[in-house]
Amino acid sequence: MEHESLAGRIFRGAALTLILVFFMFPIVWILLMSFQTNEQILRIPPRILFEPTLANYEALISGQLRTAAGNLEITFMRNLWNSFVLSSGAVVLALLLGVPAAYAFARFKFRLGETIAFTLLSFRFAPPLLVLLPLSLYYQELGLNDTYVGIVWVYQLIALPLILWIVRGYFEDISPDIEHAYRLAGHSWSEAFTRIAVPLAGPGIAAAGLLSFIFCWNNFIFALILASADKQPVTVGALAFVTASGIQYGQIAAAIVLSVTPTLLLALYAQRYLVEGLSLGAVKG
Amino acid sequence: MGMLELRSIDKVYRSRGRPAVHAVRSLDMAVEKGEIVALLGSSGCGKTSTLRMIAGFESVTAGSIALRGRRIDELPPARRKVAMAFEGYSLYPPLTVRENIAFALKSQQLSRSEVSRRVEAIARLVEIDDILESYPRVISGGQQQRVSLARALVRDADLYLLDEPMGQLEPQLRAVLRGRIKSLLAEREMTAIFVTHDQTEASALADRIVVMEDGVLQQFASEKELKERPANLFVASFIGEPPMNLLEMEVKQAGSGFRLSAGPDVAFDISGDGLDQAARGVLAAVPRVQVGIRPQRIGVGEGAVRVRIGSNQWLGDQSHIAGECAGYLLIAVIPNRIAARPGDVVQFAIAPRHLNIFGPDGVCIRHAEVS
Repeated sequence: MEHESLAGRIFRGAALTLILVFFMFPIVWILLMSFQTNEQILRIPPRILFEPTLANYEALISGQLRTAAGNLEITFMRNLWNSFVLSSGAVVLALLLGVPAAYAFARFKFRLGETIAFTLLSFRFAPPLLVLLPLSLYYQELGLNDTYVGIVWVYQLIALPLILWIVRGYFEDISPDIEHAYRLAGHSWSEAFTRIAVPLAGPGIAAAGLLSFIFCWNNFIFALILASADKQPVTVGALAFVTASGIQYGQIAAAIVLSVTPTLLLALYAQRYLVEGLSLGAVKG
Repeated sequence: MGMLELRSIDKVYRSRGRPAVHAVRSLDMAVEKGEIVALLGSSGCGKTSTLRMIAGFESVTAGSIALRGRRIDELPPARRKVAMAFEGYSLYPPLTVRENIAFALKSQQLSRSEVSRRVEAIARLVEIDDILESYPRVISGGQQQRVSLARALVRDADLYLLDEPMGQLEPQLRAVLRGRIKSLLAEREMTAIFVTHDQTEASALADRIVVMEDGVLQQFASEKELKERPANLFVASFIGEPPMNLLEMEVKQAGSGFRLSAGPDVAFDISGDGLDQAARGVLAAVPRVQVGIRPQRIGVGEGAVRVRIGSNQWLGDQSHIAGECAGYLLIAVIPNRIAARPGDVVQFAIAPRHLNIFGPDGVCIRHAEVS
């Protein structure tokens, strides 16, 4: 790397810039759109320079959307709250179930162990639509339709496999002898699990938790089918801006900015944990 | 009654889709209080499995383990009163060296000053007192190994298990620590079993050595006895540096004794008086036997055996002279230097009383006389 030629460095820089622009441009554009009125957005040609307005954000936060067809009530803040409740609920449940399961899969070889672990992972392979129709039918039977519990439950399809497989890797990286040493010093295996294994896999558990939080947050289809207006997360709530009097691009953009911000911050935070977690291997003897 | 008794221990590893691995076979072993025992063998011989069964991380497939008269093979590791130093060190990464060692004392409910007194004493012994406040990740492998050793030795336990306790240390430090650990163990009458593949370490530290191969205990004896009276061909070819010379010889009845020969120059008369009934029976029945001679028992310069020298090395305190004779490689170890070059023919003296004779199943039927 140190002896790279000038041309090579220029080429690398150009390639990186190209990729960065390609992926970052839509986000920047959305950010710009969120400060414009619908008229400004729909101008042709579009302009980079404009007079910014906070009207979109005001409408979202106050819940009053003024359109040509009259005042429209929107529940964006409620949706944001729902997203938060559903995603964190799902992650907490998935951690409670997934971390002990990951430990079991990492430490013990048991009959059908690999098969069970793989089956859980395969939930991630199946398209959600495949399971949605039967799911919505028996959710109605069970009375889980349009409940937080029901959605948190169905989010396990997203969060559980992720946590299980990531955390399992972290547990496998910890030498079992560290726990053995602890157990020889007079402790039970459950103490070794809670006091040694879990803290050592801590960065991995945090990373897996944050990652699955983001996946749950971004989910659209489960909540679209299984939740009604007052339980819907932001992803579904954004549909409300497609109104009878047209699509409210400005509000959509502002809504996207507001709903992306928490996950973006989490992602930046998780990145640190991921790196820290991955360097755990260096600690092993 | 011994401190530790293993009775017909078997360990079989079964995994689906693969043939079962019989790691330890009907192992019987009794260790006395205060004794230091080495489990010696090549990798995969079952020595670490044995250690881990005693510690409780592996279940016993069959057999029983008793420590101080208590049956322990069904107990969880926490209740076996066993301390162990792991080959992979297994220190707790978030704790300092001092905390790592002190951690082992937590369950003993000692006063804080007593804990730090003990930690410091053991740290001085293994020369890690200058890194007590460091974290495991910043210290070297050798230091981690000593921390792991200290963490095991600091405890009050009925039995100390040490898995390759000094493998990562520099030779000089290793020699110093061996001496110190041996006197610590002796002074406090601690019973210890350690696993090693290093014969020097086994002989230097252990009172008795278990030689294992293929999951089977080959011999359990002192180092001297392993060298002088190997139980079988495996021990003969494994123990000693260099190991015993082995030659296949023809057996012929000669009067009341036997004549063993491996070519015209190499022939020995074994009188029947020194043989027991079984040995005489075997020698009378088989056409050929394996014969072993310790390199240190071979005289060089005169004798009946003519050897073509392959190499002559002076190691500073002894000469290793290797040569070919009747198709076999013979190595002699003598305390002085000789002026023989490769290709020269030198006479080796081998006395019949120094021959170990192994029957067709590999079991030693006649041991060499000691002296």
